[in-house]
Amino acid sequence: MKFIKTTWKNIRRSPYQAVAAIMIMSLTFLTISFFTILLFGSSKIINFFESKPQATAFFKNEAKQSDMDGLKSSLESSGKIASAKFVSKQEALKIYREQNKNDPLLLDLVTADILPSSLEISTVKIDDLVGVSETLKASPIVQEVIFQKDVVATLTSWTNALRTIGVVLIIVLSLVSIFIMVTIIGIKISQKKEDIEIMKLIGATSWHIRWPFIYEGIFYGIFGAIIGWIISSAVLLYSTPFLSSFLKGIPIFPVPLIFFVGLLGLEILLAVILGAVSSFMAVLRYLK
Amino acid sequence: MIKLNRVSKKFGTGVFGLSNVSFNVDKGEFVFLVGPSGSGKTTIFKLLTREILPTEGTIIINDWDIVRLSKAKIPHLRKKVGVIFQDLKILMDRTIFENVMLPLEVAGIEPEESKKRVNDVLAQVGLSGHKEKFPIQLAGGELQRAAIARALVLSPDIILADEATGNLDTANSWDIIKILTDINEKGTTIIMATHNLDIVKNLPKRIIEMNKGNIVKDSKISKEKKDSLHHSHNSKSHDIHDQKSSTMEGEQK
Repeated sequence: MKFIKTTWKNIRRSPYQAVAAIMIMSLTFLTISFFTILLFGSSKIINFFESKPQATAFFKNEAKQSDMDGLKSSLESSGKIASAKFVSKQEALKIYREQNKNDPLLLDLVTADILPSSLEISTVKIDDLVGVSETLKASPIVQEVIFQKDVVATLTSWTNALRTIGVVLIIVLSLVSIFIMVTIIGIKISQKKEDIEIMKLIGATSWHIRWPFIYEGIFYGIFGAIIGWIISSAVLLYSTPFLSSFLKGIPIFPVPLIFFVGLLGLEILLAVILGAVSSFMAVLRYLK
Repeated sequence: MIKLNRVSKKFGTGVFGLSNVSFNVDKGEFVFLVGPSGSGKTTIFKLLTREILPTEGTIIINDWDIVRLSKAKIPHLRKKVGVIFQDLKILMDRTIFENVMLPLEVAGIEPEESKKRVNDVLAQVGLSGHKEKFPIQLAGGELQRAAIARALVLSPDIILADEATGNLDTANSWDIIKILTDINEKGTTIIMATHNLDIVKNLPKRIIEMNKGNIVKDSKISKEKKDSLHHSHNSKSHDIHDQKSSTMEGEQK
């Protein structure tokens, strides 16, 4: 408590340095928050596509029901198919209406005629998917075959790239934060050189002198983390309506409260580590 | 209590701050350390608080070998030795109360107990009415008292006062001496470095006179020598008297 009081006094006595330290920490944690949210979202999107059928064959408009049923039966009789589900134009319209129930304009424009019928297929063995898709593509009634694995692969590669960029950016910003914090706390130690000398002469241990500076670093870290978290959460909540319309059908929104709480907890933990490491480096460097 | 044995201190420039200095101070003694500037008085204080290490010799305070004292134990030593610094070393951005409270904070004394002790010691040095003032609001003599209060607050065994009356007028100087002698009468050992010969001459205390890093005179040793000379003179007189008596007795027989 005594150390915290001293820390608070130190912060109040040099507000500009405190603001600089908190701002750099906020920037770091804002970046961490944004990348965490992006990675959380993209992993949800990947999970969504992974849970979908492995391939979807869209039929031409002129395809007859008997031909489509025949194709389905012939595939099922091959023994390679785990499941095959026929989606009619009416069912496609129903799905579309469900996805766009909050957008009456889109509902009015679309009818069952313009939506294709489709066949959603999963194979027993993933290796059989190529052969099955070749059979589908060869059929004169099939317009297009979409593989979910292609979508998943593309998304995964984007997510990996995003993760790499995020990690590099977070490491660089964390290092910048540490060096700036070391400099700011170093300046504070230099300003209090006389006080420190007197404290030592009257019997203060090294740790008695170090603790207020270490608490100060931790305080900057925590305060910066909270600001970064508030900004990123506010931006996410503000853009939720737009994003949920953009990512229609993918069950990401609303983002669960536990995610926000978990993110805050994780960032505070990281803030304590960053603040403590940087202030400890400063006291080792300037309080020999 | 304090024992310096053949202590020398050579500074980086090659100059000797102290040269082969030895003296003992007993518990409860009041010692004046006198001598011109650069004679080694402050060097002795710095050695006694382990601010610096001697080049040669041993320093013992109570049972602690100061030269071999580990770094971790230096704060313990400094809590036992109160110092009134030549430049006072008062923190200008803290009140007098906070300044005096500092050693108690450092020692980890409970706040309630600390407040009581600070109030007591401020009353002892006559600064109760100034405790909420900042150092800049006090006069020289009052600041000197604040420095004494800070040195006293942990009830140290020893107080080192480096020019505690420097820059003070006669009345203020005697006030400070009065406080120090009162403390000494309660059993605290005091070593005071001073240039004020008026005070030194008028107080019947031990005087160690220094010059160029050497002890040139120690009144205690001089007195012991004088006493021993007086004692041996008396003994000789007795012997002669005895011899004379026995001779006379023999002659009578």
